[in-house]
Amino acid sequence: MTDTLYQASEALLEITVFICFIAISISLLLLLYRMIDGPTSPDRAVALDTIGINLMGVAALVAIYLVTPNLNDVILLIAVLAFLGTVAIAKYLEKGVIIDRDMD
Amino acid sequence: MIFAVLIPLIFAIFVPMLSKIKHKIHTGIFVFFIPFSIFLYFIRFVGNDFSPVRHEYSWIPSLGINFDFYLDGLSLLFVLLISGIGSLVVLYSVYYLHVSERLGSFYVYLLMFMTAMLGVVLSDNLFVLYTFWELTSISSFLLIGYWHWRERSRYGAQKSMLITVFGGLSMLGGFVLLTVVTGTTSIQAIISQIDVILESNYLPLIMGLILLGAFTKSAQFPFHIWLPDAMEAPTPVSAYLHSATMVKAGIYLVARFSPVFATYEWFFIVVSIVGIVTLCWASYMAVRQTDLKGILAFSTISQLGMIMAMLGFGTKVAVFAAMFHILNHATFKGSLFMVAGIIDHETGTRDIRRLGGLLTIMPITATLALFGTFSMAGIPLPFLNGFYSKELFFDSTLHLNEVINPVANVLIPIIPYLAVFGSIFTFVYSMYFFFGVFTGPKQFDKLKIKPHEAPIGMLISPIILVLGVILIGLFPNMVNGTFLIHAAEAVNSAVEYKKVYFWHGFVPELYMSLAVVGIGTVLYITRKKWSNVYHVLPGKMSFNKLYDALVKNVDIVSAKITNTYMTGSLKLYMTIILAAIVVVTFIVMFVTNGFQMEYSNLAEVTFIEVAVVAIIIIAALATIFTTSKLGAILITGVVGYGVATLFVIYRAPDLALTQLVIETVSVALFLLCFYHLPKLQKRKESTRSKVQNGIISIGFGALMTMIAISAHSTDWFDPISDYFLETAYKLGGGHNVVNVILVDMRGLDTLFEIAVLGIAALAIFSLIKLRNNKEAE
Repeated sequence: MTDTLYQASEALLEITVFICFIAISISLLLLLYRMIDGPTSPDRAVALDTIGINLMGVAALVAIYLVTPNLNDVILLIAVLAFLGTVAIAKYLEKGVIIDRDMD
Repeated sequence: MIFAVLIPLIFAIFVPMLSKIKHKIHTGIFVFFIPFSIFLYFIRFVGNDFSPVRHEYSWIPSLGINFDFYLDGLSLLFVLLISGIGSLVVLYSVYYLHVSERLGSFYVYLLMFMTAMLGVVLSDNLFVLYTFWELTSISSFLLIGYWHWRERSRYGAQKSMLITVFGGLSMLGGFVLLTVVTGTTSIQAIISQIDVILESNYLPLIMGLILLGAFTKSAQFPFHIWLPDAMEAPTPVSAYLHSATMVKAGIYLVARFSPVFATYEWFFIVVSIVGIVTLCWASYMAVRQTDLKGILAFSTISQLGMIMAMLGFGTKVAVFAAMFHILNHATFKGSLFMVAGIIDHETGTRDIRRLGGLLTIMPITATLALFGTFSMAGIPLPFLNGFYSKELFFDSTLHLNEVINPVANVLIPIIPYLAVFGSIFTFVYSMYFFFGVFTGPKQFDKLKIKPHEAPIGMLISPIILVLGVILIGLFPNMVNGTFLIHAAEAVNSAVEYKKVYFWHGFVPELYMSLAVVGIGTVLYITRKKWSNVYHVLPGKMSFNKLYDALVKNVDIVSAKITNTYMTGSLKLYMTIILAAIVVVTFIVMFVTNGFQMEYSNLAEVTFIEVAVVAIIIIAALATIFTTSKLGAILITGVVGYGVATLFVIYRAPDLALTQLVIETVSVALFLLCFYHLPKLQKRKESTRSKVQNGIISIGFGALMTMIAISAHSTDWFDPISDYFLETAYKLGGGHNVVNVILVDMRGLDTLFEIAVLGIAALAIFSLIKLRNNKEAE
């Protein structure tokens, strides 16, 4: 009984992960379209940021799929980097430089 | 014996010191004792019961290169010429060169040359011989360019260097082949292995290469062109190097190797023809010269051709005559060069058209020149040695029947006529030399210096040489029996001593000599009338022009070739590099049957991999075709993140972490220098260039893919990763296998990658700093 339940839940998890993969893939492809087509740079920047967040999802799903805790660092790192990268691009688009020179 | 060879070189070290006191004592006086003592050392060996002497000194025994000296009759003849004429030339130069000249350099070069020449003729080792051979080329180069501020001197020095070193190098090739074939480097040992050499397939190559060395050094046709230009050297140098010693090095080489090659039919053909052609052409050209040293230069060439021809004949008479003529030529030609130097020194010109009527002003010089030129012309008088050797030459041309050589049978009847032809012109230029300078109208007003007789010191050396001419002329058998016969035996062991007499009846040789004198006299008297013939032959043709064109065109053509591919365009260089990799690798892989395909051990493809790879491919293609600069950078970021995702999928969390950070930093760096990046535009390129780039990039990609597939398909040995997995915790004390490998198992790699990063950081820092600091530029 427990075995059957366990197997059923495992199958459910697998199917859910698979569906999530498909959804994220479609999302990534659409984001890629936005990335390539543009038309403006901020569009692309936002697309890249969202791609980063999607990748966090991919990593999380892979972690579930592979049953490993080793990918949690990756998820956290993507979060930090996506934030930093987006800030850098935003600052560049706004001011034309990323690092301000000292005003002296 | 090694000291006898090396003493000039050792003494040369002290010459610069001695030359500091040149205003009190001429440096040449110290130098004189060196060749003279060598001469005294070697003259002891002369005698009826001479037998070869051998001395061995090791140098590089492991390579078979040793300072082995072998003194046989042939070497002895040359050694005595080198040291004897060397002494006389040094004595002459004491009076010829003023103390204000750079005497130190002059004598250093001259002593260097003396060592080199002694080494060439005494060495028994092929490679030591070659070493000394090149040393003669170098010291001759230095001596020709002695007055290096003159353009003509530099030209002559370069020309002689190029030609003689060309020959020297080909000779080295011949020597190497000879060593390979016989397995020894000793010349005497090689001579004893004639059979091995004659059966070798390399025989034509060996002989050709060695003869090329000999012909260039001895100024044989068509390599004779350097010798007239070498006349820019000071006259003592011309007298010593370019008449008596260095130019005979080639003769020596041919004589030394004729025991090996003499039975080879092509040796006769090549050497004889080259010699005879040189004899005729140079004597013909000598008549045209107006410079005294020019006449003597061409005369030297033609006499060398005559000796070469006789060595080519290789018969008993011819070899003996060749040895005899080597000695005779050294005596009269040395004295004639010195006479030319005296005339130059005392009148200020060497141009024969501006000279004339010097007979009463310079009676001693005139007498010396009379003996020299008449001996050179081979006039039948009993006190001129030139006549004997010329007659022996005619004799040898008439007795070529001993040569059993099917190929050469056509040549044999023609040779005597050519010999007479060459000798007629020899007669004409000899007469022209003597009568043109010493008789005729006096035109002293044209000369810069009032002509006068030379100082006695300057006359000593030519007087001794002319005495040699007369003594050999009067008593030819004195030198022949005791001395020259040994030299001839070294070349051809069958030579038997035949007494040379002035008169031996009405024989064809005598008629030939008389014909030479008769026709020569007529030609000399009517010289002005037929001199137009030089407009027909050589006319505008000249080997000098060929040489100049060759030297110039080598420059031009190589510049052109270099410019075709060294355009400064990185694109072209990349094209060449990638195309070369593609073509070479593809051919190698194809020939070795390296492309493999194996499907058995492939993993299953999952949906998520396909999706991520598709995204990476789309993004990668988009970077190529995008027109927005910022877009390109961000899309590259997508590729990087995609790769990081692949690392995640393939269970490499450490790689994924690093890849993500690096990708982000790279994007940030691109943005940092974004302002300076070039604008992305639609590139205007020709279709051909587009197609070419396309082919190369697709080819390269395809090649790499195929190599990757082949690498995966071939499984030659088990991977070592199991070891790491097992021992990571046991030996390294860590669960993270990747990190244990990085810092424990393969820590050195990590150390140097840290170093790379450190260097990169420092380099970036200094680049930025130096750029801002204008003073550092």
